[in-house]
Amino acid sequence: MTLFDDFAPVVRPPELPRTDISYAVEDTAVGRLLLSVRPDGRLVTCAYVRSGDEEEAWLQRISDVVSPRVLRAPSPLEGVRRELDDYLGGRSTRFTVRPDLVLASAFQRSVLEGLVASVGYGSSTTYGALAAAIERPKASRAVGTALGANPVCVVIPCHRVLPAGSSADGQVRNVGGYAGGPAAKEYLLRLESGSSGRSSR
Amino acid sequence: MSLPPFQTLVDAHWRDVARLAHALAGPNLGDDVAQQAWAQALAAYPRVTSARNLRGWLLTITHRCAMDAHRAGRRTVAHEDPAALASAPAVPGPVAPDDGLWSRVDALPSRQREAVVLKYVADLDHRAVACALDTTPAMSRRLVSDALAALRVDLEDLR
Repeated sequence: MTLFDDFAPVVRPPELPRTDISYAVEDTAVGRLLLSVRPDGRLVTCAYVRSGDEEEAWLQRISDVVSPRVLRAPSPLEGVRRELDDYLGGRSTRFTVRPDLVLASAFQRSVLEGLVASVGYGSSTTYGALAAAIERPKASRAVGTALGANPVCVVIPCHRVLPAGSSADGQVRNVGGYAGGPAAKEYLLRLESGSSGRSSR
Repeated sequence: MSLPPFQTLVDAHWRDVARLAHALAGPNLGDDVAQQAWAQALAAYPRVTSARNLRGWLLTITHRCAMDAHRAGRRTVAHEDPAALASAPAVPGPVAPDDGLWSRVDALPSRQREAVVLKYVADLDHRAVACALDTTPAMSRRLVSDALAALRVDLEDLR
């Protein structure tokens, strides 16, 4: 029995204040990214979400690990969006936004921090070399896994890590795995090598 | 304890919260009440201990906000003009083309009105209605059935 089903006042969604996590899903040159930030602007995710399920899974993880106060709000993400846009368009080579690796394990954090410290714009390394750089020379497979789960892609440049022997004569043959797919990885590598990444996609 | 991201609640339930707020507080205060309920829910959300009935939790907060707005409204009226208190309608009548049903709901004793609105506008079960009204499920059932009986008599008089 639903006496009042026809009662449909004109209503609008609530307007809520900025909270623990603000997020937005952004379509970029390398694919769809879930951007989320803390109130102080630190970037918690810049994660590839190729389906609604992937988006849901990331948001649930943020809710479980950081805070369940997670709201979709585009304006706190404007700065990040602009920096990404400039970077992917080849108009800048660095980010000022600070990543927050709260979603990474201790090992993952050491891998990602080692990567940032040792591999600059336009250069690349291998899984084995990065494992050696963080003094875990036998852990190249674990390094690959850690990079694959990078919560802050592009900004923390896990795309600069390639399989051993993948490049010869300055030509990259096999870029290896990437959360955003091999095409996105190739786009970023070409962009950073300065050879017209923009026109390739 | 795993809670869904708050945005999931907003997307799934904002229409229900707005509907209940409008039904309980009327068209003038409805928006404010819904807005306030969401702000309170967001603030309290990390302390929620069970993800089982989040819709009921939201509607209970909405009900409480509506009652607070109601009391605040009465106080203002009483302060400005004590005589207006007696004649002020308990709930400003929502404007709905329903052959006067809402004015009849409006005229119910307040507990019956709240119970019937929670039951049928918010679509809560008797346990949740009881929780919102701070009473027992048996009492909620009683209030709703008395309200429906009164409405039925009223509407039959019309025919």
